[in-house]
Amino acid sequence: MTVNGWIQILVFIAIVVALARPIGGYLDRVLEGERTFLSPVLGPVERGFYWLSGVKPTENQSWWAYCGGMLIFHLFGFALLYGLQRLQGMLPFNPQDMAAVAPDLAANTAMSFATNTNWQNYGGESTMSYLVQMAGLTVQNFTSAASGIALAAALVRGFARAESRGIGNFWADLVRVTLYVLLPMCIVLTLFYVWQGVPQNLSPYVEATTLEGGKQVIAQGPVASQLAIKMLGTNGGGFFNANSAHPYENPTALSNLVQMLSILVLGAAMTNVFGRRVGDERQGWAILAAMGVLFVVGVFITYWAEAGGNPLLTALGVDPSAGNMEGKEVRFGEALSALFAVVTTAASCGAVNAMHDSFMPLGGAVPLANMLLGEVIVGGVGAGLYGMLLFAIISVFVAGLMVGRTPEYVGKKIEAREVKMTMLAILCLPLVVLGFTALATVIPAGLAGPANAGPHGFSEIFYAFTSAAANNGSAFGGLTGNTMFYNSTLAVTMAVGRFAMIVPMLAVAGSLAAKRKTAVSVGTFPTHGGLFIGLLVGVVVIVGGLTYFPALALGPIAEHLAMLAGSVF
Amino acid sequence: MLRDIRPALVMMLLMTVLLGLVYPLGMTGIAGAIMPQQAKGSLIERDGKVIGSTLIGQNFTGDRYFHGRPSATTDTDPNDSAKTAPSPYNAASSLASNLGPTSKALVERVKEDVARLGGSKEKPVPADMVTTSGSGLDPHISPAAAALQVARVAQARGLPEARVRALLAAATDDRTFGVLGEPRVNVLQLNLSLDAVK
Repeated sequence: MTVNGWIQILVFIAIVVALARPIGGYLDRVLEGERTFLSPVLGPVERGFYWLSGVKPTENQSWWAYCGGMLIFHLFGFALLYGLQRLQGMLPFNPQDMAAVAPDLAANTAMSFATNTNWQNYGGESTMSYLVQMAGLTVQNFTSAASGIALAAALVRGFARAESRGIGNFWADLVRVTLYVLLPMCIVLTLFYVWQGVPQNLSPYVEATTLEGGKQVIAQGPVASQLAIKMLGTNGGGFFNANSAHPYENPTALSNLVQMLSILVLGAAMTNVFGRRVGDERQGWAILAAMGVLFVVGVFITYWAEAGGNPLLTALGVDPSAGNMEGKEVRFGEALSALFAVVTTAASCGAVNAMHDSFMPLGGAVPLANMLLGEVIVGGVGAGLYGMLLFAIISVFVAGLMVGRTPEYVGKKIEAREVKMTMLAILCLPLVVLGFTALATVIPAGLAGPANAGPHGFSEIFYAFTSAAANNGSAFGGLTGNTMFYNSTLAVTMAVGRFAMIVPMLAVAGSLAAKRKTAVSVGTFPTHGGLFIGLLVGVVVIVGGLTYFPALALGPIAEHLAMLAGSVF
Repeated sequence: MLRDIRPALVMMLLMTVLLGLVYPLGMTGIAGAIMPQQAKGSLIERDGKVIGSTLIGQNFTGDRYFHGRPSATTDTDPNDSAKTAPSPYNAASSLASNLGPTSKALVERVKEDVARLGGSKEKPVPADMVTTSGSGLDPHISPAAAALQVARVAQARGLPEARVRALLAAATDDRTFGVLGEPRVNVLQLNLSLDAVK
């Protein structure tokens, strides 16, 4: 680890914290339906959307109506993306003549992008036409992100409203977040990325004659416009196979910084929205602080593990001072690669600027653990906040048990129904992650996947199902996922990871919104101080640890011990 | 739920038109107009022919050029279209090795490369010269990896080492704003500047 490396990390954290409040204020205005500086331009577009689709944006929907609209909307998104991939050979914007995507791969990809996962069992530049990249993948990047923010806003309204029948309007949330937040930010980001060198064209791939006279075909495409929303919407699906390690998708250290900031900025701002809505911004800062503690610990472990280099290679005569460079790019080095890995898995992004599969055993264990904890460290746009608020409910419940009082959180009594629904949302993740990992390690179709042998092969399988369930999308890329077995099981895992968590979460929102606000008394457990932050971090770590420690022991921990003993597989 | 079908369908179609066509095509137009060089992929032409992109690494094997990092990219095997064969710096199909830290294949590959470069425990080689990059297209090497090659290139070209070292210094980029990223050498641009020496 170097001083310069830590300066980069601290600068990054400082910018995220500094942006949380101003962007939170803007997001709050958008979600409350207030006028913004963009209203004169975008107001007519917004009203046009409502008029054409026949919705009343002021209708206060029950949690069930909100949920129903969201589910059907994403069902159409899935169908549209599936159709575009199957028909791409006959459609325009296909200069490389990409043929139709196979049905199982197309279904996996459609589920992957509709759920904000962006797991990729394909290489972008060798599989997808420009039309699919734009009208298929880019669109789902926007809509799944907007819907994540909408859902978090709905849960926040559950806490903020008293004796209300509804939790807001899904269509209004969806349209407003897309038009007033995501699209304008993406337009600015696209131009920034092009300035840094990210291509934005519709040309066929370029054929170059190299200096030594060889032939090099260089993939092109409308990369920047997709990259902008890929990061901002914490989607993470790369235009190219190598994702943000590709020099066209992340050309400079500056583009790398902006990409990392885009991943976290909206998620961090959502904590501030929560604070504003419940009338006490300290509540939001407390949530962000708990996230921050877990984040910094993760960065430290990964950076330490990667910067030390691989002892097996050091013994062969490789200089360890530059760290473990397998799967990393020179322009980023260890600090920015380690930081990116933690950022992308703390949020549910899944973009990578270095290959997690080639990380040191403990360096790769941190991204894995981040996802296993439910991606509550800032998290995906929206998804992180509602995940963390579910853990906050468990925390006040645990605290309530200790003192024998009915738990309260930001003025709402937490009762049996909320706790049951919260546990349902939290338990569906381990069910699919551990269930499918176990299945894949005993049947031949599963065992055919890993590229590496030994404990690392197990980690590859475990990482895949974890990433899918957590809707992250990053991978231990050695796993051959484009098979009937992995395409189908991973698609199911992604659907469960997204929707089986959202439905009970919205039920919590609905039941909280209907409750009366309780007044703060001397007996109220304060949820904005250090004690609560500590308890929240403890609950996250204990729930995650108890659930997954055995599996982590079989993968990264076993591999680390084997490596220290000098074993190779 | 039935009453949600129309809004869901219409919304998805409107979003597709706005975000899937108007936005990316609009950005393509604007970016192409104001930053044509970058929007087209930062291509370099010499004598009217495209010879590569400043951002994309190329495969160099001869003694007259500085070499980039090993690359894990592949291409369809010419003898068997169901298989792939190594094809370093294939910019139509980016790929990493994805070898884990305890992989036997990794250790054996690195052992071979260290031996080829004359490294040993006492005289270790820079890590980037024996490891594959995340994209397989890394355009950069570390200044240490470049310094290691100065003598070879100077000899092959019959140039004084000081001259080559000066060109290397000119092609070395420091951290952005002195802080961000790592010092690096763009291999293609360095080799182009070598070719430009009369």
